[in-house]
Amino acid sequence: MRSSGSSPAPGSLARTVDAVWRIEGAKVVATVARMTGDLALAEDLAQEAVAEALEQWPEAGVPRNAAAWLTAVAKRRAIDSFRRRERLDARHAALAHHLEESAEQVWEPIADDVLRLVFTACHPVLSREAQVALTLRVVGGLASDEIARLFLVPTTTMQQRIVRAKRTLTEARVPFEVPDHTEWSARLGAVLTVVYLIFTEGYAATSGERWVRRELADEALRLGRLVGALVPGEPEPWGLLALMEIQSSRFAARIEAAGAPVLLADQDRRRWDLSAIGRGRAALARADALGRGRGPYALQAAIAECHATAPSVDATDWERIVVLYEALGRVAPNPVVDLNRAVAVSMARDAATALVIVDELVSAGALPGSHLLPSVRGELLARMERHAEARTELLAAASLARNERERAVLEAKAAALPRPAG
Amino acid sequence: MSKYMLIMRSTAEALEASKDMDFEEIINAMGAYNESMINAGVMAGGDGLADPSEGVVVDFSTEDRIVTDGPYGEVHELFNGFWILSVSSQEEAVEWAKRAPLGPGSKLEIRRITDESDFEEFADNEFIQKEAGWREQLGTD
Repeated sequence: MRSSGSSPAPGSLARTVDAVWRIEGAKVVATVARMTGDLALAEDLAQEAVAEALEQWPEAGVPRNAAAWLTAVAKRRAIDSFRRRERLDARHAALAHHLEESAEQVWEPIADDVLRLVFTACHPVLSREAQVALTLRVVGGLASDEIARLFLVPTTTMQQRIVRAKRTLTEARVPFEVPDHTEWSARLGAVLTVVYLIFTEGYAATSGERWVRRELADEALRLGRLVGALVPGEPEPWGLLALMEIQSSRFAARIEAAGAPVLLADQDRRRWDLSAIGRGRAALARADALGRGRGPYALQAAIAECHATAPSVDATDWERIVVLYEALGRVAPNPVVDLNRAVAVSMARDAATALVIVDELVSAGALPGSHLLPSVRGELLARMERHAEARTELLAAASLARNERERAVLEAKAAALPRPAG
Repeated sequence: MSKYMLIMRSTAEALEASKDMDFEEIINAMGAYNESMINAGVMAGGDGLADPSEGVVVDFSTEDRIVTDGPYGEVHELFNGFWILSVSSQEEAVEWAKRAPLGPGSKLEIRRITDESDFEEFADNEFIQKEAGWREQLGTD
């Protein structure tokens, strides 16, 4: 049975179109967006081309270069649309003329087009939520219903989010461009934030029973590799990729058979994925080789690497982790980093020294409403055998936890503390 | 995500013909293909096999295993390399396969690699349980 060049089964054809879109959707949209200067329009036109493919391919077969076919159709539709508006607007006439001139070379995506696409999807006029949705849609090539499924929202909600994001780009007249050097660093930072947000949403879901959603994290890894390849001379995308790879090496070990989370200290290290750790260390070495120092992601990756290469919690180089957290706290000040530094100090030295750092955070009113501060404070107090205070803190943490699994772990810890006699 | 193996098969004639081609050109085309899959985050492994004339065949048809040298003479197509892709569907594996820089006489067979879900009936089996640990130790998960 042949499928290419003859008529594929309808279900299979839809999956083939999805597959083409995952592989080359970003290039199709990016190429059309460069021609029209408008990402939102390009995405609409590309969707029309996909609809045309679903009509024509069952009869005509899947073309040899499916992405070039989709690009050509989208561009032809752009010309038609501009021609219709030509009488109203000289700009559209010029665009139609320009498109026709370039219509011969339909398939010449250049890496910069996809880079423009990445920066535009993560443009600061968009909310973070919109950046995430649009990046998965146009860069990751995921269907709206797929993104909705991964974020556990109704498909219509996700579709509306994407439509609104596109409208915002149009209304704000956002150019389809790579930022200039004055904005470059901040804009690249926004792209990396979006990718890491997608990863963490999958790695530690913040609500409900979803402790691990591997698929979303896999999409983030895919995007991370793509961004790294687009700007190979920038160290931080490799640092981010290293961090995500090393964290993802613990996927299998961080949940037990019944689905409850296993904390780092209690994980069976034989279950860590050595190939993911290897890929992560290679990415970190690549970031370091650029010789521009470690940014926040590379520093976090280096901390993750310390854990990933240690045979046990006790045999971990906690002094080095303390130093890395100190450096991280300076380049990216954040109370969560200070809290993690406190944990590392408790391992490298003792719980009392760590408690001083935590109490400073408490008196500064850091991390209001988060379970993290009482959770760490409870752990330290338990190690100092101040059980009653430890129980209060752990239960306070449990009441603040947003993840049911995490709450159960904290409650179990509180219950396991020895009670005073009588 | 599932894993698929792309199995490269070529006729002896196609392999002969490739020897007349500029080897560096082949390396460059294959390299660009591999890089596109690495950058897309789908490549999970792959290797090429040395010339079939270096091969040895163990035949289980008789009580005494018969070991013969050299190419596996009777088959029409020779297995000479593979890729392992981690992708969302069989169709995605097929789309990647179609992009391989191969010519007439070559074929890519696409086979899904089994995972634990294929052995659910045997979940209690000692070796099936051990396997997860082995995979992680070997870093092949």
